[in-house]
Amino acid sequence: MATVKLRDVKKSYGSVEVIKGVDIDINDGEFVVFVGPSGCGKSTLLRMIAGLEDITSGTLEIDGQVVNDLEPKNRGIAMVFQTYAIFPHMTVRENVAFGLTINKASNEEKEKKVAEAARVLQMEHLLDRRPSELSGGQRQRVAIGRAIVRDPKVFLFDEPLSNLDAALRMDMRMEIGKLHNSLAASMIYVTHDQVEAMTLADKIVVLKDGRVMQIGSPMELYHEPANLFVAGFLGAPSMNFIPVTVEAVEGENIAISSPSLDRISVPGKGRSFTVGQTATLGVRPQYIRPASGDSGMLHGKVALTERLGSETVVDVTLASGGTLIVALPEDKVLAEGTETSFDFDPAQAHLFPETP
Amino acid sequence: MATVTADNRGLRLATRYAVLILIAIIFIFPLLFMVMSSLKPSAQLLADTKSLRAFLPVGDLSFDNYTDAFVRAPIGLFVFNSVLVTGITVLFCIFVCSLAAFAFVFIDWGGKTIIFSILLATLIIPYETIFIPLLLMASQLPWIGAEGFEIGWLNSYRVQIVPFIADALSIFLFVQFFKDLPKELIEASRVEGASWWTIYRKVVMPLSGPVIATAAILKFLFMYNQYLWPLMVVQEEGIRPVMVGLGYFTDQLNVPWGEVMAYLTVITVPVLAFYLALQRVFIASVASTGVK
Ligand SMILES: Nc1ncnc2c1ncn2[C@@H]1O[C@H](COP(=O)(O)OP(=O)(O)OP(=O)(O)O)[C@@H](O)[C@H]1O
Ligand SMILES: [Mg+2]
Repeated sequence: MATVKLRDVKKSYGSVEVIKGVDIDINDGEFVVFVGPSGCGKSTLLRMIAGLEDITSGTLEIDGQVVNDLEPKNRGIAMVFQTYAIFPHMTVRENVAFGLTINKASNEEKEKKVAEAARVLQMEHLLDRRPSELSGGQRQRVAIGRAIVRDPKVFLFDEPLSNLDAALRMDMRMEIGKLHNSLAASMIYVTHDQVEAMTLADKIVVLKDGRVMQIGSPMELYHEPANLFVAGFLGAPSMNFIPVTVEAVEGENIAISSPSLDRISVPGKGRSFTVGQTATLGVRPQYIRPASGDSGMLHGKVALTERLGSETVVDVTLASGGTLIVALPEDKVLAEGTETSFDFDPAQAHLFPETP
Repeated sequence: MATVTADNRGLRLATRYAVLILIAIIFIFPLLFMVMSSLKPSAQLLADTKSLRAFLPVGDLSFDNYTDAFVRAPIGLFVFNSVLVTGITVLFCIFVCSLAAFAFVFIDWGGKTIIFSILLATLIIPYETIFIPLLLMASQLPWIGAEGFEIGWLNSYRVQIVPFIADALSIFLFVQFFKDLPKELIEASRVEGASWWTIYRKVVMPLSGPVIATAAILKFLFMYNQYLWPLMVVQEEGIRPVMVGLGYFTDQLNVPWGEVMAYLTVITVPVLAFYLALQRVFIASVASTGVK
């Protein structure tokens, strides 16, 4: 258990800067998830924390100690890799005990810790097998077991579930969640699966192009995205973005309109707007409802209806061109081709000064 | 349908075997010729080369050539010398070359690309071209032996071993193999607290069975076949290797071909034994680690 603190951390490969000044605070026992599109630097950042990549500049503290120049083994971390990285020539038992063996732990201690890890991960019956005789999920369990026995201060996971199939991914996700609860250790988890991020995290760090876009709890990020990128990144189906023009600034509220949207007032949330500028209105598909008659604020034509079982997703072609995605309860069906108006609560809309 | 596919498979199998058998025959015939000839008197041996009889155990067969050959040359001693020199060189080569490759592949240090390029460049230099300077060097190298400090390495086992321990080809083979090992295995070991030495011993080498076998076989053949170098640096009979020993039979007007063949048959045995042993290791390690 430990805190992790990154201050203005940067990383360059030659002249290419891939991490451009990152500040993150991770509290004791917290589960932090790094998300972001491919190539944004999630793995690089994690590997810098692990000590597998040098830190070009900035400081990294683990448990109050600056560890920039410490070897991975001296940082009190354990890491689980996407490709499992378990040793093919050793049995599961030898794999799990690897760190203990090379650090010359006594046999009793090894026995005890391996047994404990095997119990937690329900793999007692696999201990004498070789990795080639295990399924993907079982291999990942072995990798996690190897991390557990070392009692690290911080667990690092780099997309540990992305090589597993959907069903197994869900099982393992829940197990990692349980593991975090029972070990109460700090964990840093890299993924680009937003379900993993939303369900596991105490705190999500959204990255893009080597910069932090927002840090917050999953619900904060979902309900109060700080910018267009975060708004579009989290949530499924993703948030609708409608280009609008600012008509008036009315104190806290901003009046906006667009060809497919009647003039409305939405909360400005402290962002500054000037009259006449173009801005982007974000509304989650779940908050949009068909209006009774023509009274709605958004006008369009139903292009496609997809019934997913738990909800019905409707693609609407707006009067002005763009597309609107509407997520309706499962029993609602809109016939394709019908002209419909839609409503939403302006308080649940987000107005961003930038355009996508 | 079922019978058609079964037939097809049978046909494919038959073709495959036919090709393999053909290749095997091409490779076995010289060996067969050697072994058969070693059992025949020289006159018959030469006469037989005009027909397929050369490959058949026909005519006046005996082990006389073997007894004569053992009288003419200390074959046991030569085989012992060659096996000793070759064995030690192979062991050291595996160790030194894999360590060098490990440093090239897994450890970051300044100038390693340049040094590796220079190393690769030495691949195109034939050994024969460096033999003379090497000979001069060997004659001046110091050594601390049983009789204290001495100068000159000629006439020793070490002069047959040391110059051949490290070579660019073996290092290159290891480098290529190490590059294909999953990088995460090394990183996981580092995170677990393994030193480079531990990673080398406990992770990398146990997964390198196939390349160890390959490098060992190549080095073994190269060393066992050494002729020119030992001819130059070794005068004493006691430390002479097998290929130089061949000179005991060929340095006269009437070459006793039967004895030559007997000699060759005897000195081929260690090569086959080594090859068969390593082949098994090779297959076993590929099958068990599943790394390649
Ligand atoms: N060794 C390297 N040399 C040069 N550039 C690198 C190196 N490793 C990574 N990069 C670059 O750094 C950037 C971040 O890579 P990183 O692997 O951290 O991305 P990621 O967020 O983990 O992506 P993914 O989701 O695809 O795993 C990428 O643009 C990548 O090309
Ligand atoms: Mg990655």
